[in-house]
Amino acid sequence: MGKTFAEKVLGKKAGKDVVAGEIVEIVPDFAMSHDNTAAIAKTFEKIGVAQLYDPNLHVIILDHAAPAPNAKFAENHKEIREFVRKHGIPNFFDINRGICHQVMVEEGFALPGLVVVGSDSHSTTYGAVGAFGTGIGRSEMAVIMATGRIWLRVPETMKIVVQGTPPEGVSAKDIMLKIIGDLGADAATYMAVEFTGETIERMTLASRMVLSNMAVEMGAKIGYIPPDDTTLEYVRPRARKEFEVIHSDPDATYAETHTFDVSDLEPQVACPHTVDNVKPISEVKGTKIHQVFFGSCTNARLEDFEVVAKALKGRRVHPDVRMLVFPASQQVYLEALKKGYLQTILEAGAIVMNANCGPCMGNHAGIPASGEVSLSTSNRNFRGRQGNVEAEVYLCSPLTAAASAIAGEIADFRDVL
Amino acid sequence: MELIRGKVWKYGDDVNTDVIFPGKYTYTVTDPEEMAAHALEDLDPDFAKNMKPGDIVVAGKNFGCGSSREQAAFALKYAGVGAVVAKSFARLYFRNAINAGLPVIQAPEAVDAIEPGEVIEIDLEKGELRCKAGTFRFPPLPDAVLGIFQAGGLIPYTRKRLGIEG
Repeated sequence: MGKTFAEKVLGKKAGKDVVAGEIVEIVPDFAMSHDNTAAIAKTFEKIGVAQLYDPNLHVIILDHAAPAPNAKFAENHKEIREFVRKHGIPNFFDINRGICHQVMVEEGFALPGLVVVGSDSHSTTYGAVGAFGTGIGRSEMAVIMATGRIWLRVPETMKIVVQGTPPEGVSAKDIMLKIIGDLGADAATYMAVEFTGETIERMTLASRMVLSNMAVEMGAKIGYIPPDDTTLEYVRPRARKEFEVIHSDPDATYAETHTFDVSDLEPQVACPHTVDNVKPISEVKGTKIHQVFFGSCTNARLEDFEVVAKALKGRRVHPDVRMLVFPASQQVYLEALKKGYLQTILEAGAIVMNANCGPCMGNHAGIPASGEVSLSTSNRNFRGRQGNVEAEVYLCSPLTAAASAIAGEIADFRDVL
Repeated sequence: MELIRGKVWKYGDDVNTDVIFPGKYTYTVTDPEEMAAHALEDLDPDFAKNMKPGDIVVAGKNFGCGSSREQAAFALKYAGVGAVVAKSFARLYFRNAINAGLPVIQAPEAVDAIEPGEVIEIDLEKGELRCKAGTFRFPPLPDAVLGIFQAGGLIPYTRKRLGIEG
């Protein structure tokens, strides 16, 4: 009987034949942590092991509140820099590099067939290049520091097939919101998700990252996309380690299969306060907004900047709206600068900040006030997510965000542009 | 393992990690007592003030969805929550709870039957939950994971495994 990607990759790491449901203990290829590394380091020290199992295993990237908004965050960063120095961790990226998941892909740590864990739920992003990328807890990361090891249950796999060419301007974000809205926030709990189909095969790597990134919003352990030429062309020149493309067998067993045809898909919006509360734009347009957050590990890559700059060209952000822009990485920032996108965005009245997580989880840089609506290209809209329980967060694509910023309300880009 | 017995605090589906332990505290609030004071803050501000050690949180499907932040498990543990009973758990929360030594019980039928405020009893060894409506059975933890839970969490378990005493 054939095996799924998840069974094959975890079997290879465990050095034995495994099937879904088994629990294996493995040494991951890379282990990513961010601003939470200070807390992880303290837990590591509690274990009582003097040295890291392997300093090369760890990748540490500061992004969650960068630069530090207050003294407590500053101490946190300082402790991390000291820990990195003390243990000689070579793969450290300070606050000038970008959002961790974007950096993991740009820097060639996320690679086909590798197991890459991160103490952050959106580590599913690495599935976009065909890695087994999954989130773990802080204590688990501390134990990897001490022993190199982690236990993982071999997940069942849900296959999601996407077909059709979406209407112009309808993007990977709209497709993913539609999938989550239809299937539900717990549809893939404990499961691996495998995205396939002609629509995904035609997608850029940046767009595929949107799907894998948000796979966790339906509870998935990983959001795997089978590597192809698009993947290999991107990863080959930057690979930090040898890798092996692993595909599911043609006769692999899937727990569920869902097929979506996106030929007539409308732009989609996730409404407060759950990511699966998704409505087509026609039902939400007209909702007054106060802030637009264009950023996050979901949607702030170069192709998103191109779309937003084209929409804002020669137009103004509505006077009642603050538009906050955070490139996914310094590399994206520089490219967007060279291509003139940032100038267009600034001329439209938006505010461009450094590459970091921004207000996504309510730490700093744009917390909405009570009663305000924040329209975001990020991935979560839970009550209080952006730092204020009395604010509302809606999620949408970069194009919908730009059109709405101009209109001053949630808008269908086909009406505005 | 001792019997878990406590008053029920009942909530709905999709209780996410942001309402269990808000993101704005994740890098700045690390003291156990202070963490306990923020438990479930954005869902039920009265919970931390009024709950008693041993009380049991009961909720619908997908408890703990969202972030990987394990403080969402530790905050409840530090507050003295006896167990969380839910129709289902998000995978990261389930892992974090085991690693924190917080009992997590998946018992969908029991959740429907349990009334807010009643006192229920959980026998982890037998896999039994007793409430006013009757007795419900739930599957035990897999052996590979049970050891971590029995040791009191992942860190004590790892120390034991590495032969580090105390």
